[in-house]
Amino acid sequence: MRAALWAIFRRDLALLLRGAVGRGGALLPLLFFLAVAMLFPFAIGPDAQLLSRTGAGVIWVAALLAAILPLDRLVEPDLEAGFFDQWALRGLAEEALILVRIVAHWLSFGVPLMLAAPISAGLLSLDARQLRLVEIGLLLGTPGLAAIGVTIAALTAGLRAGSALGGMLAIPLAVPLLIFGAGSLQPGGDGGLLLLAASSMAALAIAPFAAAGAIRAGRE
Amino acid sequence: MQPCRLAAYDIACRRGDRILFRGLAFELAPGDVLHLSGPNGIGKSSLIRILCGLLRPFYGHVEQAGRIALCDERLPIDGHQPLAQALDFWRRIDAGIGGAGEARADFGLEDLLDVPVRYLSTGQRKRAALAQLAASGAKVWLLDEPLNGLDSHWGAAAQAAVEAHRAMGGIAVIASHQPLNISRLTSMSLLDYLP
Repeated sequence: MRAALWAIFRRDLALLLRGAVGRGGALLPLLFFLAVAMLFPFAIGPDAQLLSRTGAGVIWVAALLAAILPLDRLVEPDLEAGFFDQWALRGLAEEALILVRIVAHWLSFGVPLMLAAPISAGLLSLDARQLRLVEIGLLLGTPGLAAIGVTIAALTAGLRAGSALGGMLAIPLAVPLLIFGAGSLQPGGDGGLLLLAASSMAALAIAPFAAAGAIRAGRE
Repeated sequence: MQPCRLAAYDIACRRGDRILFRGLAFELAPGDVLHLSGPNGIGKSSLIRILCGLLRPFYGHVEQAGRIALCDERLPIDGHQPLAQALDFWRRIDAGIGGAGEARADFGLEDLLDVPVRYLSTGQRKRAALAQLAASGAKVWLLDEPLNGLDSHWGAAAQAAVEAHRAMGGIAVIASHQPLNISRLTSMSLLDYLP
Protein backbone atom coordinates (compact mmCIF):
# COMPACT_ATOMS: atom_id res chain seq x y z
CA MET A 1 0.00 0.00 0.00
CA ARG A 2 2.75 2.42 0.97
CA ALA A 3 4.75 1.56 -2.17
CA ALA A 4 1.67 2.22 -4.31
CA LEU A 5 1.03 5.60 -2.69
CA TRP A 6 4.72 6.45 -3.07
CA ALA A 7 4.55 5.70 -6.79
CA ILE A 8 1.44 7.88 -7.07
CA PHE A 9 3.10 10.68 -5.12
CA ARG A 10 6.09 10.66 -7.44
CA ARG A 11 3.82 10.82 -10.48
CA ASP A 12 1.70 13.62 -8.99
CA LEU A 13 4.76 15.66 -8.14
CA ALA A 14 6.39 15.15 -11.53
CA LEU A 15 3.18 16.16 -13.32
CA LEU A 16 2.55 19.21 -11.16
CA LEU A 17 6.14 20.41 -11.28
CA ARG A 18 7.02 19.80 -14.88
CA GLY A 19 3.59 20.00 -16.35
CA ALA A 20 2.53 18.02 -19.37
CA VAL A 21 0.23 18.36 -22.32
CA GLY A 22 -2.73 20.37 -21.11
CA ARG A 23 -1.17 20.94 -17.71
CA GLY A 24 0.85 24.08 -17.13
CA GLY A 25 3.35 22.96 -14.53
CA ALA A 26 4.69 24.95 -11.59
CA LEU A 27 6.14 27.78 -13.64
CA LEU A 28 2.89 29.59 -14.43
CA PRO A 29 1.75 30.38 -10.86
CA LEU A 30 5.32 31.38 -10.02
CA LEU A 31 5.60 33.82 -12.93
CA PHE A 32 2.16 35.20 -12.10
CA PHE A 33 3.23 35.76 -8.49
CA LEU A 34 6.36 37.61 -9.58
CA ALA A 35 4.52 39.58 -12.26
CA VAL A 36 2.10 41.01 -9.72
CA ALA A 37 4.96 42.11 -7.47
CA MET A 38 6.66 43.66 -10.48
CA LEU A 39 3.57 45.48 -11.79
CA PHE A 40 2.40 46.89 -8.48
CA PRO A 41 5.24 49.47 -8.12
CA PHE A 42 4.63 50.58 -11.71
CA ALA A 43 1.00 51.28 -10.89
CA ILE A 44 1.48 52.82 -7.47
CA GLY A 45 4.69 54.78 -8.11
CA PRO A 46 8.14 54.45 -6.59
CA ASP A 47 7.21 55.72 -3.11
CA ALA A 48 9.24 53.28 -0.96
CA GLN A 49 7.28 53.98 2.21
CA LEU A 50 3.92 53.42 0.62
CA LEU A 51 5.22 50.27 -1.05
CA SER A 52 6.62 48.79 2.12
CA ARG A 53 3.37 49.54 3.95
CA THR A 54 1.18 47.83 1.36
CA GLY A 55 3.68 45.37 -0.10
CA ALA A 56 3.04 42.46 2.25
CA GLY A 57 -0.66 42.61 1.50
CA VAL A 58 0.09 42.56 -2.22
CA ILE A 59 2.29 39.50 -1.75
CA TRP A 60 -0.56 37.71 -0.02
CA VAL A 61 -3.12 38.65 -2.67
CA ALA A 62 -0.69 37.48 -5.37
CA ALA A 63 -0.12 34.19 -3.54
CA LEU A 64 -3.85 33.59 -3.25
CA LEU A 65 -4.49 34.31 -6.91
CA ALA A 66 -1.50 32.22 -7.95
CA ALA A 67 -3.02 29.34 -5.99
CA ILE A 68 -6.16 29.54 -8.11
CA LEU A 69 -4.37 29.33 -11.46
CA PRO A 70 -3.66 25.57 -11.47
CA LEU A 71 -7.09 24.55 -10.09
CA ASP A 72 -8.45 23.02 -13.30
CA ARG A 73 -5.55 20.61 -13.72
CA LEU A 74 -5.33 19.39 -10.13
CA VAL A 75 -8.01 16.68 -10.29
CA GLU A 76 -10.03 16.92 -13.49
CA PRO A 77 -7.61 15.32 -16.00
CA ASP A 78 -7.06 12.27 -13.79
CA LEU A 79 -10.76 11.89 -13.11
CA GLU A 80 -11.45 12.10 -16.83
CA ALA A 81 -8.82 9.53 -17.77
CA GLY A 82 -10.08 7.09 -15.15
CA PHE A 83 -7.09 7.18 -12.81
CA PHE A 84 -9.24 7.61 -9.71
CA ASP A 85 -11.50 4.72 -10.74
CA GLN A 86 -8.51 2.44 -11.28
CA TRP A 87 -7.02 3.45 -7.93
CA ALA A 88 -10.37 2.81 -6.21
CA LEU A 89 -10.49 -0.69 -7.76
CA ARG A 90 -7.08 -1.36 -6.25
CA GLY A 91 -8.43 -0.53 -2.81
CA LEU A 92 -6.63 2.79 -2.43
CA ALA A 93 -8.74 5.18 -0.36
CA GLU A 94 -9.59 8.48 -2.02
CA GLU A 95 -8.70 10.26 1.22
CA ALA A 96 -5.13 8.99 1.02
CA LEU A 97 -4.89 9.86 -2.68
CA ILE A 98 -6.10 13.39 -1.99
CA LEU A 99 -3.65 13.84 0.86
CA VAL A 100 -0.85 12.71 -1.44
CA ARG A 101 -2.02 15.18 -4.04
CA ILE A 102 -2.20 18.05 -1.53
CA VAL A 103 1.40 17.40 -0.49
CA ALA A 104 2.53 17.23 -4.12
CA HIS A 105 0.57 20.39 -4.96
CA TRP A 106 2.08 22.23 -2.00
CA LEU A 107 5.58 21.21 -3.00
CA SER A 108 4.98 22.38 -6.56
CA PHE A 109 3.40 25.73 -5.69
CA GLY A 110 3.93 26.66 -2.00
CA VAL A 111 7.65 26.07 -1.97
CA PRO A 112 8.37 27.95 -5.24
CA LEU A 113 6.32 30.86 -3.89
CA MET A 114 8.43 30.91 -0.73
CA LEU A 115 11.57 30.86 -2.85
CA ALA A 116 10.26 33.73 -4.97
CA ALA A 117 9.10 35.82 -2.00
CA PRO A 118 12.51 37.48 -1.42
CA ILE A 119 12.45 38.74 -5.02
CA SER A 120 8.94 40.08 -4.55
CA ALA A 121 9.98 41.64 -1.25
CA GLY A 122 12.82 43.42 -3.00
CA LEU A 123 10.49 44.77 -5.70
CA LEU A 124 8.06 46.00 -3.05
CA SER A 125 10.86 47.35 -0.79
CA LEU A 126 9.96 45.29 2.25
CA ASP A 127 12.54 45.25 5.03
CA ALA A 128 14.11 42.13 6.53
CA ARG A 129 11.62 41.83 9.37
CA GLN A 130 8.66 42.04 7.01
CA LEU A 131 10.23 39.51 4.68
CA ARG A 132 10.77 37.12 7.58
CA LEU A 133 7.12 37.45 8.57
CA VAL A 134 5.99 36.93 4.97
CA GLU A 135 8.12 33.79 4.68
CA ILE A 136 6.84 32.36 7.97
CA GLY A 137 3.31 33.28 6.94
CA LEU A 138 3.68 31.57 3.56
CA LEU A 139 5.14 28.49 5.23
CA LEU A 140 2.09 28.29 7.49
CA GLY A 141 -0.53 29.43 5.00
CA THR A 142 0.32 27.77 1.68
CA PRO A 143 -0.50 24.24 2.94
CA GLY A 144 -3.99 25.55 3.68
CA LEU A 145 -4.18 27.15 0.23
CA ALA A 146 -3.08 23.86 -1.34
CA ALA A 147 -5.73 21.95 0.62
CA ILE A 148 -8.46 24.38 -0.39
CA GLY A 149 -7.28 24.25 -4.00
CA VAL A 150 -7.40 20.46 -4.24
CA THR A 151 -10.81 20.34 -2.53
CA ILE A 152 -12.32 22.89 -4.89
CA ALA A 153 -10.70 21.16 -7.86
CA ALA A 154 -12.32 17.87 -6.81
CA LEU A 155 -15.70 19.54 -6.26
CA THR A 156 -15.76 21.26 -9.64
CA ALA A 157 -14.14 18.48 -11.70
CA GLY A 158 -16.37 17.39 -14.54
CA LEU A 159 -18.59 20.47 -14.38
CA ARG A 160 -18.96 22.72 -17.35
CA ALA A 161 -17.11 25.98 -16.67
CA GLY A 162 -15.65 24.23 -13.66
CA SER A 163 -12.45 26.23 -13.69
CA ALA A 164 -14.22 29.60 -13.59
CA LEU A 165 -16.50 28.33 -10.85
CA GLY A 166 -13.50 26.95 -8.98
CA GLY A 167 -11.91 30.36 -8.66
CA MET A 168 -15.12 31.87 -7.37
CA LEU A 169 -15.49 29.10 -4.79
CA ALA A 170 -11.87 29.10 -3.63
CA ILE A 171 -11.55 32.83 -2.98
CA PRO A 172 -14.05 33.09 -0.09
CA LEU A 173 -12.61 29.97 1.53
CA ALA A 174 -9.12 31.44 1.34
CA VAL A 175 -10.11 34.81 2.84
CA PRO A 176 -9.24 33.81 6.45
CA LEU A 177 -5.75 32.80 5.31
CA LEU A 178 -5.38 36.16 3.56
CA ILE A 179 -6.62 38.16 6.55
CA PHE A 180 -4.41 36.41 9.10
CA GLY A 181 -1.42 36.18 6.76
CA ALA A 182 -1.42 39.84 5.78
CA GLY A 183 -2.61 40.89 9.23
CA SER A 184 0.40 39.32 10.91
CA LEU A 185 2.52 42.10 9.38
CA GLN A 186 0.47 44.91 10.86
CA PRO A 187 1.67 46.47 14.12
CA GLY A 188 0.33 44.34 16.95
CA GLY A 189 -0.53 41.52 14.56
CA ASP A 190 1.54 38.92 16.38
CA GLY A 191 -1.42 36.64 16.91
CA GLY A 192 -2.01 36.58 13.17
CA LEU A 193 0.53 33.84 12.55
CA LEU A 194 -1.10 31.58 15.14
CA LEU A 195 -4.55 32.14 13.66
CA LEU A 196 -3.07 31.61 10.20
CA ALA A 197 -1.62 28.28 11.30
CA ALA A 198 -4.95 27.34 12.85
CA SER A 199 -6.99 28.10 9.72
CA SER A 200 -4.42 26.37 7.56
CA MET A 201 -4.58 23.24 9.69
CA ALA A 202 -8.38 23.28 9.71
CA ALA A 203 -8.38 23.40 5.90
CA LEU A 204 -5.83 20.58 5.79
CA ALA A 205 -7.87 18.44 8.18
CA ILE A 206 -11.14 18.81 6.28
CA ALA A 207 -9.82 18.72 2.70
CA PRO A 208 -9.10 14.97 2.25
CA PHE A 209 -12.58 14.00 3.40
CA ALA A 210 -14.41 16.71 1.50
CA ALA A 211 -12.49 16.09 -1.74
CA ALA A 212 -12.79 12.30 -1.45
CA GLY A 213 -16.53 12.66 -0.89
CA ALA A 214 -16.76 14.86 -3.96
CA ILE A 215 -14.94 12.31 -6.11
CA ARG A 216 -17.14 9.46 -4.90
CA ALA A 217 -20.30 11.50 -5.40
CA GLY A 218 -19.15 12.36 -8.92
CA ARG A 219 -19.33 8.68 -9.90
CA GLU A 220 -23.10 8.49 -9.41
CA MET B 1 -4.42 -19.31 -6.89
CA GLN B 2 -7.12 -18.55 -4.38
CA PRO B 3 -10.66 -19.04 -5.66
CA CYS B 4 -12.43 -16.03 -7.04
CA ARG B 5 -16.12 -15.39 -7.42
CA LEU B 6 -18.48 -12.79 -8.76
CA ALA B 7 -22.19 -12.88 -8.13
CA ALA B 8 -24.97 -10.40 -8.74
CA TYR B 9 -28.31 -10.69 -6.97
CA ASP B 10 -31.45 -9.07 -8.31
CA ILE B 11 -29.65 -6.00 -9.61
CA ALA B 12 -31.60 -2.99 -10.80
CA CYS B 13 -29.98 0.10 -12.25
CA ARG B 14 -31.42 3.57 -12.42
CA ARG B 15 -29.88 6.43 -14.34
CA GLY B 16 -31.68 9.70 -13.89
CA ASP B 17 -35.40 8.97 -13.87
CA ARG B 18 -35.16 5.78 -15.88
CA ILE B 19 -34.81 2.20 -14.72
CA LEU B 20 -32.42 0.69 -17.27
CA PHE B 21 -32.75 -2.94 -16.20
CA ARG B 22 -33.96 -4.91 -13.20
CA GLY B 23 -33.97 -8.40 -11.76
CA LEU B 24 -30.55 -9.20 -13.17
CA ALA B 25 -28.77 -12.04 -11.43
CA PHE B 26 -25.87 -14.37 -12.14
CA GLU B 27 -23.16 -16.26 -10.38
CA LEU B 28 -19.69 -16.80 -11.81
CA ALA B 29 -17.13 -19.33 -10.61
CA PRO B 30 -13.45 -19.63 -11.60
CA GLY B 31 -13.15 -20.25 -15.34
CA ASP B 32 -16.46 -18.63 -16.24
CA VAL B 33 -16.73 -16.01 -18.96
CA LEU B 34 -19.90 -13.94 -19.22
CA HIS B 35 -20.84 -12.02 -22.35
CA LEU B 36 -23.17 -9.07 -21.74
CA SER B 37 -24.91 -7.95 -24.90
CA GLY B 38 -27.60 -5.52 -25.88
CA PRO B 39 -28.02 -2.38 -27.97
CA ASN B 40 -26.40 0.96 -27.16
CA GLY B 41 -27.71 2.71 -24.08
CA ILE B 42 -29.22 -0.38 -22.51
CA GLY B 43 -26.88 -0.13 -19.53
CA LYS B 44 -23.96 -2.45 -20.26
CA SER B 45 -21.37 0.06 -19.09
CA SER B 46 -23.45 0.94 -16.04
CA LEU B 47 -23.68 -2.74 -15.14
CA ILE B 48 -19.91 -3.09 -15.48
CA ARG B 49 -19.44 -0.13 -13.14
CA ILE B 50 -21.93 -1.63 -10.68
CA LEU B 51 -20.06 -4.94 -10.76
CA CYS B 52 -16.77 -3.28 -9.91
CA GLY B 53 -18.32 -1.25 -7.12
CA LEU B 54 -17.90 2.20 -8.68
CA LEU B 55 -21.65 2.65 -9.05
CA ARG B 56 -24.24 1.72 -6.45
CA PRO B 57 -27.06 -0.44 -7.80
CA PHE B 58 -30.55 0.97 -7.39
CA TYR B 59 -31.53 -2.40 -5.96
CA GLY B 60 -29.82 -5.70 -5.21
CA HIS B 61 -26.21 -6.36 -4.38
CA VAL B 62 -22.97 -7.74 -5.74
CA GLU B 63 -20.74 -10.28 -4.03
CA GLN B 64 -17.16 -10.66 -5.00
CA ALA B 65 -14.02 -12.48 -4.00
CA GLY B 66 -10.68 -11.85 -5.61
CA ARG B 67 -9.34 -8.59 -6.95
CA ILE B 68 -11.21 -6.90 -9.80
CA ALA B 69 -9.64 -5.15 -12.75
CA LEU B 70 -11.51 -2.90 -15.15
CA CYS B 71 -10.74 -2.11 -18.77
CA ASP B 72 -13.12 0.42 -20.25
CA GLU B 73 -12.97 3.00 -23.02
CA ARG B 74 -10.58 5.22 -21.09
CA LEU B 75 -6.85 4.74 -20.94
CA PRO B 76 -5.53 5.79 -17.53
CA ILE B 77 -2.06 6.50 -18.82
CA ASP B 78 -0.21 9.80 -19.05
CA GLY B 79 0.05 10.93 -22.65
CA HIS B 80 3.50 12.49 -22.43
CA GLN B 81 5.20 9.38 -21.09
CA PRO B 82 6.73 6.65 -23.21
CA LEU B 83 4.52 3.58 -23.09
CA ALA B 84 7.05 1.52 -21.12
CA GLN B 85 7.20 4.11 -18.34
CA ALA B 86 3.41 4.49 -18.27
CA LEU B 87 2.87 0.73 -17.95
CA ASP B 88 5.61 0.58 -15.33
CA PHE B 89 3.69 3.09 -13.19
CA TRP B 90 0.77 0.68 -12.89
CA ARG B 91 3.09 -2.28 -12.40
CA ARG B 92 4.63 -0.54 -9.39
CA ILE B 93 1.21 0.20 -7.93
CA ASP B 94 0.01 -3.37 -8.47
CA ALA B 95 3.21 -4.66 -6.89
CA GLY B 96 2.66 -2.22 -4.02
CA ILE B 97 -0.74 -3.71 -3.19
CA GLY B 98 0.70 -7.19 -3.51
CA GLY B 99 -0.84 -8.30 -6.74
CA ALA B 100 1.32 -7.77 -9.79
CA GLY B 101 1.19 -10.74 -12.08
CA GLU B 102 3.33 -11.73 -14.99
CA ALA B 103 2.05 -10.29 -18.22
CA ARG B 104 1.24 -13.51 -20.03
CA ALA B 105 -0.57 -12.05 -22.97
CA ASP B 106 1.26 -10.57 -25.93
CA PHE B 107 -0.26 -7.47 -27.47
CA GLY B 108 2.63 -6.66 -29.78
CA LEU B 109 3.72 -3.59 -27.83
CA GLU B 110 7.48 -4.26 -27.92
CA ASP B 111 8.09 -1.85 -30.79
CA LEU B 112 5.98 0.86 -29.17
CA LEU B 113 7.54 0.91 -25.72
CA ASP B 114 9.55 4.10 -26.29
CA VAL B 115 6.74 5.93 -28.10
CA PRO B 116 4.93 8.61 -26.06
CA VAL B 117 1.40 7.41 -25.39
CA ARG B 118 -0.27 10.37 -27.09
CA TYR B 119 1.18 9.31 -30.45
CA LEU B 120 -0.46 5.88 -30.26
CA SER B 121 -3.43 5.08 -32.46
CA THR B 122 -6.81 4.07 -31.06
CA GLY B 123 -6.10 0.38 -31.55
CA GLN B 124 -2.63 0.66 -30.06
CA ARG B 125 -4.03 2.43 -26.99
CA LYS B 126 -6.61 -0.30 -26.59
CA ARG B 127 -3.84 -2.89 -26.75
CA ALA B 128 -1.92 -0.96 -24.10
CA ALA B 129 -5.02 -0.93 -21.87
CA LEU B 130 -5.47 -4.68 -22.34
CA ALA B 131 -1.79 -5.30 -21.59
CA GLN B 132 -2.15 -3.27 -18.39
CA LEU B 133 -5.20 -5.35 -17.47
CA ALA B 134 -3.36 -8.60 -18.14
CA ALA B 135 -0.40 -7.47 -16.02
CA SER B 136 -2.55 -6.37 -13.08
CA GLY B 137 -2.71 -9.84 -11.59
CA ALA B 138 -6.42 -9.42 -10.83
CA LYS B 139 -8.61 -12.54 -10.78
CA VAL B 140 -11.78 -10.91 -12.05
CA TRP B 141 -11.63 -9.04 -15.35
CA LEU B 142 -14.37 -6.63 -16.33
CA LEU B 143 -14.08 -5.54 -19.94
CA ASP B 144 -16.23 -2.84 -21.47
CA GLU B 145 -16.22 -3.09 -25.28
CA PRO B 146 -12.71 -4.58 -25.41
CA LEU B 147 -12.82 -5.10 -29.16
CA ASN B 148 -13.51 -1.46 -30.06
CA GLY B 149 -10.73 -0.13 -32.25
CA LEU B 150 -8.95 -3.45 -32.59
CA ASP B 151 -8.41 -5.04 -35.99
CA SER B 152 -9.33 -8.69 -36.50
CA HIS B 153 -5.83 -9.93 -35.60
CA TRP B 154 -5.61 -8.12 -32.27
CA GLY B 155 -9.30 -8.72 -31.59
CA ALA B 156 -8.52 -12.42 -31.74
CA ALA B 157 -5.48 -11.86 -29.53
CA ALA B 158 -7.64 -10.08 -26.94
CA GLN B 159 -10.07 -13.01 -26.90
CA ALA B 160 -7.17 -15.43 -26.63
CA ALA B 161 -5.95 -13.47 -23.60
CA VAL B 162 -9.37 -13.92 -21.99
CA GLU B 163 -9.19 -17.66 -22.74
CA ALA B 164 -5.76 -17.83 -21.11
CA HIS B 165 -7.07 -15.91 -18.10
CA ARG B 166 -9.98 -18.32 -17.64
CA ALA B 167 -7.67 -21.29 -18.05
CA MET B 168 -5.73 -19.95 -15.06
CA GLY B 169 -8.95 -19.96 -13.02
CA GLY B 170 -9.94 -16.36 -13.62
CA ILE B 171 -13.34 -14.84 -14.26
CA ALA B 172 -14.16 -12.44 -17.07
CA VAL B 173 -17.23 -10.35 -17.81
CA ILE B 174 -17.26 -8.83 -21.28
CA ALA B 175 -19.73 -6.19 -22.31
CA SER B 176 -19.74 -6.04 -26.09
CA HIS B 177 -22.20 -5.57 -28.89
CA GLN B 178 -19.94 -7.63 -31.13
CA PRO B 179 -20.10 -11.43 -31.30
CA LEU B 180 -17.30 -13.11 -29.37
CA ASN B 181 -15.39 -16.17 -30.39
CA ILE B 182 -14.72 -17.66 -26.98
CA SER B 183 -15.58 -21.23 -26.04
CA ARG B 184 -18.09 -22.08 -23.28
CA LEU B 185 -19.38 -18.55 -23.19
CA THR B 186 -22.30 -17.67 -20.94
CA SER B 187 -24.38 -15.10 -22.77
CA MET B 188 -26.72 -12.63 -21.20
CA SER B 189 -28.75 -10.07 -23.09
CA LEU B 190 -29.81 -7.04 -21.10
CA LEU B 191 -32.93 -6.90 -23.29
CA ASP B 192 -34.30 -9.73 -21.14
CA TYR B 193 -34.20 -7.56 -18.05
CA LEU B 194 -36.03 -4.47 -19.23
CA PRO B 195 -38.46 -3.11 -16.65
